[in-house]
Amino acid sequence: MPGDKRIAVLGAGMHPWGKWGRPFVEYGLAAARDALTDAGLTWRDIQFVSGADTIRNGYPGFVAGATFAQALGWTGARVSSCYAACASGAAAIGNARAQILAGLCDVALVVGADTTPKGFFAPVGGGDRKDDPDWLRFHLLGATNPTYFALYARRRMDRFGATEEDFAQVKVKNARHGLANPYARYRGEVSVEEVLASPMVADPLRLLEICATSDGGAALVLSSMDFARRHAGGADPAVTINAVSTVTPSFPNTVIEMPNFSTDSAVAFSSEWESGAGFRPSITSAAYAEAGIGPEDLDLAEVYDLSAALELDWYEDIGLCSEGEAEKLLRDGVTSLGGRVPVNPSGGLSCFGEAIPAQAIAQVCECVWQLRGTAHGHQVEGARVAVTANQGLFGHGSSVILSR
Amino acid sequence: MTTRVPAVEGWFTLDEGGAPALLGSRCASCGTFAFPAEATYCRNPDCDGQEFETVALSRRGKIWSYTDARYKPPPPYVPAEPYVPFCLAAVELAAEKLVVMGQVVGGVTVDDLNVGDEVELVVDTLYAEGDSDYLVWKWQPLSADRRS
Repeated sequence: MPGDKRIAVLGAGMHPWGKWGRPFVEYGLAAARDALTDAGLTWRDIQFVSGADTIRNGYPGFVAGATFAQALGWTGARVSSCYAACASGAAAIGNARAQILAGLCDVALVVGADTTPKGFFAPVGGGDRKDDPDWLRFHLLGATNPTYFALYARRRMDRFGATEEDFAQVKVKNARHGLANPYARYRGEVSVEEVLASPMVADPLRLLEICATSDGGAALVLSSMDFARRHAGGADPAVTINAVSTVTPSFPNTVIEMPNFSTDSAVAFSSEWESGAGFRPSITSAAYAEAGIGPEDLDLAEVYDLSAALELDWYEDIGLCSEGEAEKLLRDGVTSLGGRVPVNPSGGLSCFGEAIPAQAIAQVCECVWQLRGTAHGHQVEGARVAVTANQGLFGHGSSVILSR
Repeated sequence: MTTRVPAVEGWFTLDEGGAPALLGSRCASCGTFAFPAEATYCRNPDCDGQEFETVALSRRGKIWSYTDARYKPPPPYVPAEPYVPFCLAAVELAAEKLVVMGQVVGGVTVDDLNVGDEVELVVDTLYAEGDSDYLVWKWQPLSADRRS
């Protein structure tokens, strides 16, 4: 069809999330080989490798595309490596898609993997870096990532009457969703009481409501629609990517975001100050526009639940409901498996923890399996359209829309 | 003798008269404020401004949101030993139409804070090293009787 910007997803693969403590390359390789097998292709068929970088694993992590290509065995395939914080995986998908849609390659491999340290993420690199806001926010404020998540959570309680129990219920739901997911790190039911008994980390957020840091790897084999049809003897591909949004915020961004000390000033845009919609709603609206669909078309969503409270913000930001209605959606079971639009049927970051460059790819892998109907034990019945949403440090938006 | 040293240069005044302030910039073309100060190009995409005046930002604002740090933040934070949890607040400055982060002064817990409460900027010790007190800005809740 004219103007068709779809690409095909031929294969998806993941290495289980955990705290394995092995080199990140191992996880990426395992995921890549699974994705190739899933696609029915070999490594030599891949014309373009798109790596999502990790910044906590030395130089090989900064050139992840080449690192994975070397580990798979040099074939001369073209390569890119990119970093976009939590959105790195989606940026790598975006790079591969651009190559495919431009006709520069037919089939591409996207890989992201991470090995993470224990505890809070600290700024990367040593020394005094007084021109780096990410270093300075730790030094001057002691502001960790959960600090920012907690500001949003408190704001939600104040504006919309969200309760600690609401946040705990998000964790309970996601824990249930992840029970049967073989790639999830945490697989066990938790009760509201257990969540509320876990230690407070950044008031009002407790340990069980804050995403852990994890090791893991995820990969996708993507191709042009023509290649997919040739590969399948003329049949249309089972799953397509219909949109990839990698938008930045719009000035003035009036919501405080990591790693900033302040928001933009809205004095030159007085109307923006009151609404303060912020960045997140624009991430999926760009994807919806590109795919020509709306939130009413969704069968499921994988959103970045860095905290249990943030998942509620996402319900509104991706258009599942109006501002202030997320708690009702949750309580009514709309976002649980069996509900109208299950959110994080994989179990989300709640059950995975975050393996930064792999996470946005993992969100897409989950959607692929959901749309194929092979997400055993956590399947959204009859799913046809799925969205992922995520936001990375320094203003990286990411959203991918898939359909079957 | 202890010397008082800003933990970061040029971000706030050490007004010994008791009225310290954050130092931001104001674009001469469109009026957009920035903190920390902008010195090269205005961040308003519709403005070509390259000239900025350094301005003291409003010393009072309202809490946009708040939290605390129950666990010791990792380096390069320099924690007190033994560690004492502290609060943080994001504060709306109405005149500048922006929100600024800061620690809240010691002795305040989240139970003392509410969204919308008025706070005032103070300069306080962030950490001590050798003979120096390294200083940073913090937010001080205004008790009811100090609100004018």
